[in-house]
Amino acid sequence: MEILDADIARVQEERRKKEEELAALTSVSFDKDLYGAGNRFEGYEESIPVNEEDEEPQNTAEREVARKLASYTAPKSVLTDRPRGEVTDEDLGLKKPQRIIDREDDYRKRRLNRILSPERNDAFAMGEKTPDVSIRTYADVMREETLKREKEETLRLIAKKKQEEAEKKVTEPAAPADKRTQLAPPAVLAPSAVGKKRRNRWDQNQEQGEPKKSKVVSEWDAPDATPVPSRWDATPTPGRVSVDATPSVSRRNRWDETPTPNRLADADATPAGSITPGATPAGMSWDATPKVAGMAAPTSKKQRSRWDETPANLGSVTPVVGATPSAFTPGVTPMGGIELATPTPGQIALRGPMTPEQYNMLRWEKDIEERNRPLSDEELNAMFPMEGYKILDLPASYIPIRTPARKLLATPTPLGGTTVYAIPEEDRTQQFDVPKEAPGGLPFMKPEDYQYFGALLNEKEEEEMSAEESKERKIMKLLLKVKNGTPPQRKTALRQLTDKAREFGAGPLFNQILPLLMSPTLEDQERHLLVKVIDRVLYKLDELVRPFVHKILVVIEPLLIDEDYYARVEGREIISNLSKAAGLATMIAAMRPDIDNIDEYVRNTTARAFSVVASALGIPALLPFLKAVCQSKRSWQARHTGIKIVQQIAILMGCAVLPHLRSLVEIIEHGLNDENQKVRTITALSLAALAEAAAPYGIESFDSVLKPLWKGIRSHRGKVLAAFLKAIGFIIPLMDAMYASYYTKEVMVILIREFQSPDEEMKKIVLKVVKQCVSTEGVEAGYIKQEILPEFFRNFWVRRMALDRRNYRQLVDTTVEIANKVGVSDIVGRVVEDLKDESEPYRRMVMETIEKVVANLGASDMDARLEELLIDGILYAFQEQTSDDANVMLNGFGTVVNALGQRVKPYLPQICGTIKWRLNNKSAKVRQQAADLIARIAVVMKQCYEEQLMGHLGVVLYEYLGEEYPEVLGSILGALKAIVNVIGMTKMTPPIKDLLPRLTPILKNRHEKVQENCIDLVGRIADRGAEFVPAREWMRICFELLEMLKAHKKGIRRATVNTFGYIAKAIGPQDVLATLLNNLKVQERQNRVCTTVAIAIVAETCSPFTVLPALMNEYRVPELNVQNGVLKSLSFLFEYIGEMGKDYIYAVTPLLEDALMDRDLVHRQTAASAVKHMALGVAGLGCEDALIHLLNYVWPNIFETSPHVINAVMEAIEGMRVALGAAILLSYCLQGLFHPARKVREVYWKIYNSLYIGSQDGIVAAYPVLQDDENNVYSRPELMMFV
Amino acid sequence: MQASDRFNINSQLEHLQAKYVGTGHADLNRFEWAVNIQRDSFASYIGHYPLLSYFAIAENESIGRERYNFMQKMLLPCGLPPEREED
Repeated sequence: MEILDADIARVQEERRKKEEELAALTSVSFDKDLYGAGNRFEGYEESIPVNEEDEEPQNTAEREVARKLASYTAPKSVLTDRPRGEVTDEDLGLKKPQRIIDREDDYRKRRLNRILSPERNDAFAMGEKTPDVSIRTYADVMREETLKREKEETLRLIAKKKQEEAEKKVTEPAAPADKRTQLAPPAVLAPSAVGKKRRNRWDQNQEQGEPKKSKVVSEWDAPDATPVPSRWDATPTPGRVSVDATPSVSRRNRWDETPTPNRLADADATPAGSITPGATPAGMSWDATPKVAGMAAPTSKKQRSRWDETPANLGSVTPVVGATPSAFTPGVTPMGGIELATPTPGQIALRGPMTPEQYNMLRWEKDIEERNRPLSDEELNAMFPMEGYKILDLPASYIPIRTPARKLLATPTPLGGTTVYAIPEEDRTQQFDVPKEAPGGLPFMKPEDYQYFGALLNEKEEEEMSAEESKERKIMKLLLKVKNGTPPQRKTALRQLTDKAREFGAGPLFNQILPLLMSPTLEDQERHLLVKVIDRVLYKLDELVRPFVHKILVVIEPLLIDEDYYARVEGREIISNLSKAAGLATMIAAMRPDIDNIDEYVRNTTARAFSVVASALGIPALLPFLKAVCQSKRSWQARHTGIKIVQQIAILMGCAVLPHLRSLVEIIEHGLNDENQKVRTITALSLAALAEAAAPYGIESFDSVLKPLWKGIRSHRGKVLAAFLKAIGFIIPLMDAMYASYYTKEVMVILIREFQSPDEEMKKIVLKVVKQCVSTEGVEAGYIKQEILPEFFRNFWVRRMALDRRNYRQLVDTTVEIANKVGVSDIVGRVVEDLKDESEPYRRMVMETIEKVVANLGASDMDARLEELLIDGILYAFQEQTSDDANVMLNGFGTVVNALGQRVKPYLPQICGTIKWRLNNKSAKVRQQAADLIARIAVVMKQCYEEQLMGHLGVVLYEYLGEEYPEVLGSILGALKAIVNVIGMTKMTPPIKDLLPRLTPILKNRHEKVQENCIDLVGRIADRGAEFVPAREWMRICFELLEMLKAHKKGIRRATVNTFGYIAKAIGPQDVLATLLNNLKVQERQNRVCTTVAIAIVAETCSPFTVLPALMNEYRVPELNVQNGVLKSLSFLFEYIGEMGKDYIYAVTPLLEDALMDRDLVHRQTAASAVKHMALGVAGLGCEDALIHLLNYVWPNIFETSPHVINAVMEAIEGMRVALGAAILLSYCLQGLFHPARKVREVYWKIYNSLYIGSQDGIVAAYPVLQDDENNVYSRPELMMFV
Repeated sequence: MQASDRFNINSQLEHLQAKYVGTGHADLNRFEWAVNIQRDSFASYIGHYPLLSYFAIAENESIGRERYNFMQKMLLPCGLPPEREED
């Protein structure tokens, strides 16, 4: 036995070893240079740029994708050029549908903290009546807000006091000590106290204890365009409580706050938290809608508290939620206690809103439960023989393990799990993944939908429902269709919702739509659709929306700060429509309470919403209100928001603020001297936004703020100073040269002082302001050189600046702007040494700056020494680069060499040596870059008469044509093309006759970059040097080219088609044409279309008479495709040859006659478009007889209904109008304008109208003569006049 | 009109045409069309200076007067619209 064990152990050991070896062999190892080494998250954005300054140059995304797919991707143009509607492939980095909440940051998630407040009173509808006590009026809302604020204030004071006491306690023990020591403790304590104070300098209203977040850094200048929270003006918000680990006293007490998803754990505690209006079984009778409670008033107009409002409707539900698990012990039908027909879906709703995680759990569980559910008695009966077995009773002690929690989340099938058994086995297995079919042709529901749409699963008879109920049900159905349905379902549902909007009423509609929009699991697409519903419904409801304005705003405002541009636009559109529907007064009444809301998020979104209202209803309408708000004495928040509204208006409306600029500035100017720092800051930022929007006009409006601004920069520090500087930076460019110079000098002192600021944001602003100051007219080069440059370079041109992307950009921009003033050599001279710096990002920054400066200003300013240093530095930087995704080095090299022109001659051998060496590099990227560089400097090499060198490079490149990486091969072909272009066909080495045969096989390559470059090169050779290559080779290439007509990229197809033309010119059209005509027989449409284009081009290049006979002969082939191809070629042909067509029009007329009489629609369509091109080409060349003949064939087709045909016919008639004159066409028209048959009249009037629009004046002379009748004059006597 | 061509290019064309004053439709009556014709004619006379001067010579009026007359005539070129019989 032991021997056996040992044996087994040995065998196992052996096998293990073998497996290891095998694993080592088979394990996939990637080429580092192919698949990229290093962190796979590198290059991703860590934060979302929301500011326009943050926006990357557009091609970052492309670059990113290209980097990841470097070895097997298509060229970037294809990636951007993708036809829409194609299946999206996630490999290409396209977005999958995703939930909004997943991409939101903490700040944006705060939207979920907001409450859909009960609807408000519509003061307009009321008339003179005093509002009922039960209705929430404006006054109520304001009172609530005040209460909230006061509470917040008190809590803050309490916290402050507590802290003071705590501090006192620390200091007190020191008190009894003797005098010498007594002095010490405060001294020791001072720094910490000061430290604390300093930290809170900008956020006085913030809690002392609030932990500072580390990611904040960049956000404090954000307000001018960012939705990002400005941390320093953030008031403590309830939403953070759950996030921050340290609960501060003031925030704990949020008992009446909506449970946020973070707090879901205790969602059960507040029965159906008011955020889940769908919580009640009926789904729509959410807390405040009085309807269900039989028009009972929503409890009171006092402070709303969630828990004294809801229970009225939830009566039957509450016990269940709070129920102990015992309710679900076996024996009791699990959900029987609840008065729901089908309990399950409703159950889910009872739990309040669920987090996404919970939903996932739910999905899982559903699946598992379904498969592993305990066998029922019937199933057991079916499995076991009926005889010979005895059914035992359960032991008394047995308790099933099925926990109530799991039971609660059990399969939400309306049918219940067990009855499914009746279905045969294989069907049941299939069912697992398939969403349950909802009854009545409804689209499927996701688990998260049950809480809103669960009621639809109740199989209740229509007759049993009250009118209200069935209406709600109807809306719910439609909404579900819009949300989850197929496009046609969605379309009809949307239309029904729109059409019946008024019938449904605002209340029922919004009470269902808005909660859906607040759902935490909403996806982008769903939100888009629901927002669309709101938009449509708004139009219809018009003034009926008034009571719901605030609710709608609560759900729509978050869209305004969404990171998705289209969401922002959508949000704006809705709010703008809303304000048009509800009117200014209602909008103000709805939003006024939010202006001094304690939550910064609410104020921020409200300010943005207000700016949209302003743009919808006009700035003047809002001015009085803004003025009042900005001068509010009661709270700084109101002033802050008011001023922020002005800022947002400026950002949103741009130069449209100009007419109101002065009043806007006047409204906010006092804010510069406000007692609150945040108000001062936002004022300065608003001024900056206004100045930016107004540029280059409107300096006179800013007169009144110049003094406080310039005084302010001397007295302020930190963020306020930064804001003031920003304002100044935007105002200076508006000034006249003289003033600009003066004010620049004033501000420059401060700027130079702030050069040293360690604060990143301050740096960015300072750089920006320097850029703005420097670019104004009045600032002279001498001043810049003396005062700014030394400090500027000392402080900013350091390695650290290259590490942050935004600093990098800003620094490059500013330096380029300075260079525009002081010239190339000064700037380049200062940085050129840094091209040899050891930090690569820094070298790249230097290179980019040099590139931009040189591209702007040229290199003529540089002396020989600088030139030498520059080339030396560039060569060093170029060779030392390890990664260059953005091609900074390559572009820089190319630009500098091109700018230097002939002066680069001495360095060319060295450069070429580098290139040659790098062409031989192991890394594909390096080879590619080297080839790209050749393409860029080829022209300069020619200028330097280095033809021999180029020839040499040509040979080297030729040898590398065996390159296996398509990207590199493409670049090599591009380089060869560049060389051939400048050196000419005759001098090219290797000779063309050797080069071209080598290219023919490469044409087969399917990679687009290769194809594109190859076809360009071949085309070039065909164009210029066709005689160097035997005709046989060209024919071979022709056949290859046919394949290229299939290319996805338009550029390739176009190049191919052109190449056909060149080849035809070189070897005569006959053979090429034969090839092409044969190709008309292929099935693929795109291929045929391209072939027809090629035929037309051949005809154009080799004169039509060489092509037409063969082409017309081909029409005799009795095959639709061929005939249509011929017609299409004719159409293109006449389009291309234009006037030349007059010689051929008579030749093709019989063919066109035939085609226009053909039974096949496409024949007629294509022939009509041929006629159009023909007519347009020969207009005014005396071919009217043939054209009228053709018109007679075209005309009967005007009654065609197929859109393409009728379009072609109409265009042919338009062409005829141009060629024949409007009068002739009018006479054709007159027969039918008053035809007894309406169908005929319609068509004729359509033709008449296009005639009229096209040549209104031309038909005046040709109008029919109408006779006067007894009352009216119809004749035109003027035309009878004769001198 | 079929359901299919409700959204195609041609219906857009008609919509586009309808935006111009002076275009017609299947229900246009004689009077309306004549008004358009007259106005177009007057506009054309005024727009072509040689034509205007020709009329001026023929009527022995100043060119300005002619222009003024034509413009005035554009108001009700055919007189008052006839009573509609049917509705």
